[in-house]
Amino acid sequence: MNAMTAKIETAPLLRVEGVSKWYGHVVGCTDVSFEMRPGEVLGVVGESGSGKTTLLNCISGKLTPSAGSVQFETSRFGMTDIYALSEPDRRRMQREDWGFVHQNPRDGLRMRVSGGANVAEPMMNLGSRHYGKMRQATIDWLERVELDTRRIDDRPAHFSGGMQQRIQVARNLIHGPKLVFMDEPTGGLDVSVQARLLDLLRELVRDLRLAVIIVTHDMAVARLMADRLLVMKGGDVVETGLTDQVLDDPQHPYTQILVSSVLQI
Amino acid sequence: MNLAPSSNNAPERYYNYAYLDEQTKRMIRRAILKALAIPGYQAPFGSREIPVPYGWGTGGIQLTAAIIGPDDVYKCIDQGADDTTNAVSIRQFFAKVADVATTEDTNQATIIQTRHRIPEKSLKQGQILVFQVPQPEPLRFLEPRETETRAMHAYEEYGLQYVSLYENISRYGRIASTASYPVMVEERYLMSPSPIPKFDNPKLDENEAIMLFGAGREKRIYAVPPHTHVRSLDFEDYPFETQTWEETCALCGADDAYLDEVVLDDAGARMFVCSDTHNCAERRAAGHAGPMADHQLARAEEGDAQ
Repeated sequence: MNAMTAKIETAPLLRVEGVSKWYGHVVGCTDVSFEMRPGEVLGVVGESGSGKTTLLNCISGKLTPSAGSVQFETSRFGMTDIYALSEPDRRRMQREDWGFVHQNPRDGLRMRVSGGANVAEPMMNLGSRHYGKMRQATIDWLERVELDTRRIDDRPAHFSGGMQQRIQVARNLIHGPKLVFMDEPTGGLDVSVQARLLDLLRELVRDLRLAVIIVTHDMAVARLMADRLLVMKGGDVVETGLTDQVLDDPQHPYTQILVSSVLQI
Repeated sequence: MNLAPSSNNAPERYYNYAYLDEQTKRMIRRAILKALAIPGYQAPFGSREIPVPYGWGTGGIQLTAAIIGPDDVYKCIDQGADDTTNAVSIRQFFAKVADVATTEDTNQATIIQTRHRIPEKSLKQGQILVFQVPQPEPLRFLEPRETETRAMHAYEEYGLQYVSLYENISRYGRIASTASYPVMVEERYLMSPSPIPKFDNPKLDENEAIMLFGAGREKRIYAVPPHTHVRSLDFEDYPFETQTWEETCALCGADDAYLDEVVLDDAGARMFVCSDTHNCAERRAAGHAGPMADHQLARAEEGDAQ
């Protein structure tokens, strides 16, 4: 309970107010509002086409929302509307304060350069110009994500899917972001690899006190990772609450269907 | 405005002076001025068809055509040599369409068109060095999207370029990249110096001559005006270094020039010679001699020259 009280006392890291996105007359997401505090993991769940990715893209500065505002506690400018920042400032804020783990590691990695260079790139983007220091940081991070450090110079294509995802995780955490977006981070992985990656992510998130927004259609991932859940359907948030509360006692009919349709062994 | 002599005795000309029409040359000059005003910035221009294939110097030819006048003295080199096919053809082209004097002497030339080298002799005020550029975008191999690289230049986001240096060190233990070594111009724009060896990179810095870069296929012109600070990228613990040779030039004995390795036979014999042919010939004429100065190949070459 103490931890929870402490969380409530800290100022919000991210404030999303009335965010809506229409693609012409097609609804992406409508009137989404929530707040996040440092160290909090928010899960966004829903069926495909429910607006999860649209919402994630709107919040992460990739897609300008049709209405509403996204405010973030930036290192340079304090709490500010990210879409009110100039483009160079927004891009710099994204580099410094955020990470983005894509579902497909090929979207989040540079496939032409080695895994080590992929992990070190965010440091170079933030102005690090010392090879030895970056190399050491890269090795440390490969160890943290449980990769063989001897393979530091292999290309991403030479790693398995799960390993590529670990490289992507290391790449997105090495610069010490405040907030990490994850779009189905375990989507393309088989179940055992998925479990190990989730375990790792959970540990890292706890150790680094990261705030994470994780989009997933997998209730098990949501259960393992998220403190709070946002259930989406047809672009609307139909239910929010603590993860256990939402999954154990779903109130909205759609959430009830979602929870009851999880396959049991 | 035709610069060509228009007396009745002049031979009939089938092309406009310097091949390109006047409007095109004006357009290119405007791009050159823009490029000179923003050192290192890649100014787009409407690249024209040139009677050589892309990759043979269409960008350089258009730059030269736009700036050349009948009083100019034109020199053209390819890999430092005046006598290679490409250099000879382009030199003849401008002698024909622009009525200019041509030379192999770096000091005498007012316009030097070059591919892959900067002459060994330091350039002077009033000279213009025209580079042929295959790929003006140094970030291209790391970031394929043009929209993205443009934004990166606009916002000075150059961290990515260091990834290529990092890759070099992690693979070879040093920055092994030898040509097209990226530079920062006036600490603002990241620029590809065209595929010159990194040996020539220091010559870009604070040079007295105007340096123009033209990429015909990619439709970009950029420039380094005289006395501009140009810095080669490096890491704090892996500083920028140029190539060095244990050998000296086999013909002229130069120990401070860029050397080409030439294989002489199937038995592994080889020689290192200056890539800048004019500089080498001048040194030999001045009495300098390298270890293979009396070699039959050297004698044969002198025979050709006479």
